[in-house]
Amino acid sequence: MSMTQHAEPAVTSPPAPGPKETDGRTAERPLVVRLLARPEVGVFLGAVAVYVFFLISAPPVRDASSMANILYQSSTLGIVTIPVALLMIGGEFDLSAGVGVITSALTAAMISYQLTMNVWVGVIAALVVSLAIGFFNGWMVVKTGLPSFLVTLGTFLILQGVNLAVTKLVTGNVATDDISNMDGFDQAKKVFASSFDIGGVQVKITVFWWLLFAAIATWVLLRTKYGNWTFAVGGNKDSARAVGVPVAFTKISLFMLVGFGAWFVGMHQLFSFNTVQSGEGVGIELIYISGAVIGGCLLTGGYGSAIGPVFGAFMFGMVQQGIVYAGWNPDWFKAFLGVMLLGAVLINLWVQRTMTRR
Amino acid sequence: MDRSSHPRSRRIAPVVAVAAAAALTLAGCSSSSGGKKSEEGGANASAGKATTPRMTVALVTHQSPGDTFWDIVRKGAEAAAAKDNIKLIYSHDPNAGNQSNLVQNAIDQKVDGIAITLAKPDALKTVVGKAKSANIPVVGLNSGLSDWKKLGLMEFFGQDESVSGEAFGKKLNDLGAKHTVCVIQEQGNVGLTQRCDGVKKTFSGKTDVLYVNGTDMPSVKSTITAKLKQDSSIDYVTALGAPYALTAVQSISDAGSKAKVATFDLNKDLTTAISKGTIQFAVDQQPYLQGYLAIDSLWLYKNNGNYMGGGEQPVLTGPAFVDKSNVEAVSKFAANGTR
Repeated sequence: MSMTQHAEPAVTSPPAPGPKETDGRTAERPLVVRLLARPEVGVFLGAVAVYVFFLISAPPVRDASSMANILYQSSTLGIVTIPVALLMIGGEFDLSAGVGVITSALTAAMISYQLTMNVWVGVIAALVVSLAIGFFNGWMVVKTGLPSFLVTLGTFLILQGVNLAVTKLVTGNVATDDISNMDGFDQAKKVFASSFDIGGVQVKITVFWWLLFAAIATWVLLRTKYGNWTFAVGGNKDSARAVGVPVAFTKISLFMLVGFGAWFVGMHQLFSFNTVQSGEGVGIELIYISGAVIGGCLLTGGYGSAIGPVFGAFMFGMVQQGIVYAGWNPDWFKAFLGVMLLGAVLINLWVQRTMTRR
Repeated sequence: MDRSSHPRSRRIAPVVAVAAAAALTLAGCSSSSGGKKSEEGGANASAGKATTPRMTVALVTHQSPGDTFWDIVRKGAEAAAAKDNIKLIYSHDPNAGNQSNLVQNAIDQKVDGIAITLAKPDALKTVVGKAKSANIPVVGLNSGLSDWKKLGLMEFFGQDESVSGEAFGKKLNDLGAKHTVCVIQEQGNVGLTQRCDGVKKTFSGKTDVLYVNGTDMPSVKSTITAKLKQDSSIDYVTALGAPYALTAVQSISDAGSKAKVATFDLNKDLTTAISKGTIQFAVDQQPYLQGYLAIDSLWLYKNNGNYMGGGEQPVLTGPAFVDKSNVEAVSKFAANGTR
């Protein structure tokens, strides 16, 4: 995955706002080259390749409702992948995001159930807890200067233990109680886990949230001061600080955004499955990070986009479901997944190298 | 003391006021249905306690953290320990090498008995030998039906995964199923694979295998949906764990399929689903009994020299079928998380 690191830093800063305001340097390059130099182009082509491949080899994929299913799988990964990508652009990692999703869902379920409260009380409490975890991660990283890999590895382990121990302590079991008959559940389910009918196809609401969050993140990244700060703290922290970028605020808030993403998907899981098992979520953090890297974000920070990770998550969902739709021998499942992803990343690398060299 | 407490109480007062206000606001948010308040006080059967001398027993399993099934095994073991005046040391690790270290740890603590699961028997052979040379009795539970005697364990409590799979397949035949998909939530797990193989052996229709990622529920849901779309002739989903069966029900409605669901193993929500009719039946291996009997057998051996199963035969705890006809009797125990 470090292959994308060869991309030139020339495109790290967000491009100028519009064609009218472009400076001389970018205006001289042809439009196609400028487009292809964007971080998300490689992954876009990779995703198209994977899509076409399965369109040919797996007939059920041609069905619109199959696409809705693939998009659903992608969206539950993608909603967290977006903030994870922003954080990576800001130069940090979060390994605790996967179990953080379950922590959030457990918090909401247990608070609502044990106190017999309207489920919205649990939902809000879970948001507070998730943001607090993000704040703690960010604060530790900023205050101690330790690599975020170590800090969040710590939180990852802590949360795994806490998820299990607290659930067992509070409920006496290792899964939460069913909250589907409680006040506010139906309302919350509409927000987090309902589906819409589009031309006879049931599309899950998480798909819309995913695309909405991606649009917001893109706008923030390319059009606002906060977006510039994100690129700056990931590029070079010290020079960013020297020119007046609030490094601590930016990093901590980026970690809190990951907390928000984890909360959202946690709520989806809770209101979609009614209960949560406390041992879930381990290993998913790597999928979020791979989604961001496949989506064109540099592991070293300072480079990337919010749209790339959307295609990154889509590629994961497409490959994971495509193999099943194609009806291939399931023993090979993980191997197929690995080969397809490597192939996609190679396309990504090739595009970036060819285009940025000019 | 007095001096310092005054300013502090002044500072605390607004905090208390805010907290009280928040509590009042929250009280307005109470749920009128469901929740803890609706739970009936599940009175635990508290039997008397044995007067035999205190002994220590280690239970070492291959449980992965947070699994509802193993929680029930542990509850059974704890109930037996409480009755028999036993101090129970519970430890677990899904990695066979680590599990064998945990057994060594128990030997080092000079426990009076060890109960282990033999998910990967070969990896535990050496350490079981060490326990025997330290004169610590060892019994097996849950996994290892074909290996417990070879390794020199005294007794074994569990079900034959292949036999339960075969029973499952026969039940599917009775229900007129034609094509089933067996959903494995942990690729490479021997017991789960044996169940699917057992189903395949007796089921007269077609059996497919599907691997899902058990730690990511949305992914489980969409993968089963994908499989049902890929092959619309599937009319029965065979789940290998209660949470996955409940998720399969959602997949079926997403895929617009008419398939039905049956599963191995039980939990509280699953009994509700069986009485509602959304899940057809479950094969229960009575995990509570496995934990309970394993610990109790070590007590009996120590205090009266007894062998359950005579030391020759395993003690089978399953397969026990739970369907609409008997679910009522089971569900009140499942609600306590003990069945």
